[in-house]
Amino acid sequence: MTKKVEEKIALNAIKNDVKSHIQLNQAICAGCRERMCVKVCPAHLYSKNEETGEMVVEYAGCLECGTCLVACTYGSIVWDYPSGEYGVQYRYG
Amino acid sequence: MDKIDAIVVGGGLAGLSAAYKLADAGKQVILLERGDAPGSKNVTGGRIYVGPIRKYLPGIIDAAPFERHVVKEMITVLDDAGAVSFEYANAKWRQEPYMSYTVLRAKFDSWFADQAAARGAFIIPRKKVEDLLWEDGKVAGIRSGAEEIGAHVVIAADGALSFMAQKAGMRGAHKPGDLAVAVKEIYQLDRKIIEDRFGLEGDEGAAGLYMGSLTRGMFGGGFLYTNQDTLSLGLVIGIHQLALNESGLDAPSLMESFTARPEVARYIRGGELKEYSAHIISEAGIGTMPKLVRDGMLIAGDAAGFALNLGLTVRGMEFAVASGVLAAETAIEALNKNDTSAGALAGYEKRLKESFVLPDMETFRNAREVLDNKRLFTVYPRFICEMFDELFTISDRPKEGLYTSAKRVAKKYVLNMDTIKDLLAARKL
Repeated sequence: MTKKVEEKIALNAIKNDVKSHIQLNQAICAGCRERMCVKVCPAHLYSKNEETGEMVVEYAGCLECGTCLVACTYGSIVWDYPSGEYGVQYRYG
Repeated sequence: MDKIDAIVVGGGLAGLSAAYKLADAGKQVILLERGDAPGSKNVTGGRIYVGPIRKYLPGIIDAAPFERHVVKEMITVLDDAGAVSFEYANAKWRQEPYMSYTVLRAKFDSWFADQAAARGAFIIPRKKVEDLLWEDGKVAGIRSGAEEIGAHVVIAADGALSFMAQKAGMRGAHKPGDLAVAVKEIYQLDRKIIEDRFGLEGDEGAAGLYMGSLTRGMFGGGFLYTNQDTLSLGLVIGIHQLALNESGLDAPSLMESFTARPEVARYIRGGELKEYSAHIISEAGIGTMPKLVRDGMLIAGDAAGFALNLGLTVRGMEFAVASGVLAAETAIEALNKNDTSAGALAGYEKRLKESFVLPDMETFRNAREVLDNKRLFTVYPRFICEMFDELFTISDRPKEGLYTSAKRVAKKYVLNMDTIKDLLAARKL
C-alpha cells in the first residue's frame, strides 16, 4: 500500500508555471560526483539523463523547501520561488 | 516615492503577528504573501507551545483554531528491528490553560490573516516579493513584478530561506550543516479512530518522537502529531549528512522506510494520505543568526534563524510570534518618531533580549553541537534496544544472570571513553 513519491506528490494541490523556477549549470554538474541534489530532494525531482549525461530537474513537483539550493555547495542551482499564483498550495501544512 | 508605514514580506506566523500588531496600532501595513492565502506555503511539524506567547497576542492565541491540546509525549527509540517506547503524561496537561497544541498551518494562518485584516492590515496574496527598493543605502520598500511599493520600514518574515535577508546583505549563503530538511505526510482518519488508537478523549492530543535507526546514523528524527481528524507524520534529517551520505540514501526512501516501521504503521493504518510536504528548518542556533536590523528593515521568525531543537522539544512558532510582535512594536515606536534608521530600530534586539527569544537561544547555544553527534543516532539507540532484548529474550540456551547480560551489553556500547566524552559534552545543554 506504500505509495511512490510521484503518487504522493500527485495528491498535492499544485499549479505549475510554464517556465521552471530552477536552473542548473550543466558545466558545474558535469564535475560533480556526489549528486547531493538527488539525495536531498524530498520530491525526488533530480536525476541524470543517461543518454545526454546531463542533470535534469522536474520543477513541476517542487515542494518549495529549497533543500537542493542549500545542499549544492558547488553553486550549480539557481533557485527562486515560483511567481505568485504558481507552485504548491498546501491545504494542511 | 510615496511611502506607506510598513511592508511585511511573508504571511507566516512572524509576518502575520507583525501585521496584526502594526494594524492594531493604527499603522498602514501591507503584508505580501506569495501563496494563494497565508498558510498555503507554510509547513510545521505540528506543535505550538502557547505559554510563552499568550501575552504577545491576547485574544488570538486563546481563540485560534488549533487542533488538539497535547496531553502525552510518546518517545520511541528504534534500532533495525527492535524498539523501546515510553510515554510521559501528566494530569496538569489535561487542565487549562493548556501548554501546547497540535496545529495545521493552512487553517491557522489563514484564520490569523483574517484577524489581522479585521484590524486594518492589507493582506495581499499571490504576490512574490522579488527585490528590495533602496534610497541612500536605506531599505525603502519592495518590488513585486512590475509593482513597486515604498515603505518607511520593511519587516522580512519570509521564512527559513529568507532571500530578503540575503538581498539586504544581512546574512551570507546558507550552509548545509546549519539546516535540516523535514518531510511530512498527512493521513486522514476518523477522529474516533485517532482517539482510540492513541488513548485520547475529546480534544486531547498526543505527540510522538522517534529516534534511532530511522535516520541511518544521520542527525535527525521522526515526529507524529494527532490533529482533529488527521495525523501529521514526518522525518527531519540534517541536510549536510543527507547530502554526503555514501549509502546512496535519499529523503523519499528514508520516509518510506520510516512509515513502514510497525511502530509507525500501527498508527496510520487505514488512513488516507492527503498531502506530502517538505520544509527546511534552521538547526544552527544563535551562532549563525543574521544581522537583525538595518536602515529601514527588521528580520523576524525563521528568516532570523529563530528556532530551537533540543531533541525532545522542537520550537520555532513561538519565536516567530514573539519576534513578529516585537518587530512591530519597534517599528511602531520608530514610525511615531519619524525615524526608521538602524539606530531608531536598534531597540528590536533589546526587546528580543528582554523576551524569551534571545535568552532561550543563548541558553541553548551549544545544543546543536551536542545533538550533532553520530552516536546519539547509532550507538545509544542500539544499546537501549539490545539491553531490553537481552532482558526479555528466552532461548534454548541457559539464561545468563541479568547483571552479567547487562554488563556485557553496556561494555559493548557505552562503557568507554566516547560515552564519558558525550556525558561531559551534555553538560553544555
